[in-house]
Amino acid sequence: MASESTVQVLIPTPLRRFTDGESRVEVSGATVGDALDALEARFPGIDERVRDDSGQIRRFVNLFVNGQNVRDRDGIATPLSPGDELGIIPAMAGGSAA
Amino acid sequence: MSESAAPGIDTAFPLSPEMRAAIIAHARREAPRECCGIIAGRDGAPVRVYPTTNIAEGNRFYEIDPKELADLEFRELPNENAEIVAIYHSHPASPAYPSRTDVELAFWPEAVYLICSLEDPDKPYIRGFTIRDGQIAEVTLPA
Ligand SMILES: [Zn+2]
Repeated sequence: MASESTVQVLIPTPLRRFTDGESRVEVSGATVGDALDALEARFPGIDERVRDDSGQIRRFVNLFVNGQNVRDRDGIATPLSPGDELGIIPAMAGGSAA
Repeated sequence: MSESAAPGIDTAFPLSPEMRAAIIAHARREAPRECCGIIAGRDGAPVRVYPTTNIAEGNRFYEIDPKELADLEFRELPNENAEIVAIYHSHPASPAYPSRTDVELAFWPEAVYLICSLEDPDKPYIRGFTIRDGQIAEVTLPA
């Protein structure tokens, strides 16, 4: 079993309303999911913007560990090492249809 | 905290002629696909246009490459003391007004959403909006 790691969560502008304006938050966790749990414990309501009811990363949110998209790794089970940076990025998307 | 990162520019956005030209040129390069990008600002004033990659499929959607966006939001712009003040995309064959998809996917309410229409290829034009809680409000751009 992986041990807890202290990591930096990078908060995008639209989610800073949950973090009192902080752009960087330190949490502990062995995986991306653990870190999101810890983030939610500190800033209630933020996780609903990141994960859906089934606990999966929302379609229009991407998470990066040290710049690598966790969709290309193990999703929320991606392990974290001390000092890792976990970036949360809501999509900038839309279109001209409908 | 205020809804707007840069008070004032969400009612009148000072898009310069050079930025306007850069967005229109990008829209024309990408057509018939939609183009997309962001404008970085400092102290409430837009300072630079960053064209980005549209990873959406087809000709009627856009999604800024999330990796490029993460690098801008968390590294490049903070290093320059700047922030995202506007998001732009093109409507290659329809008016410059937010589509239902644009409203549903407006996850950055602090930013101004600029839309460039190429509906009349000889008369491209740009309009600006805020999209907050499903509400569209027009932002005045320089004539
Ligand atoms: Zn659109």
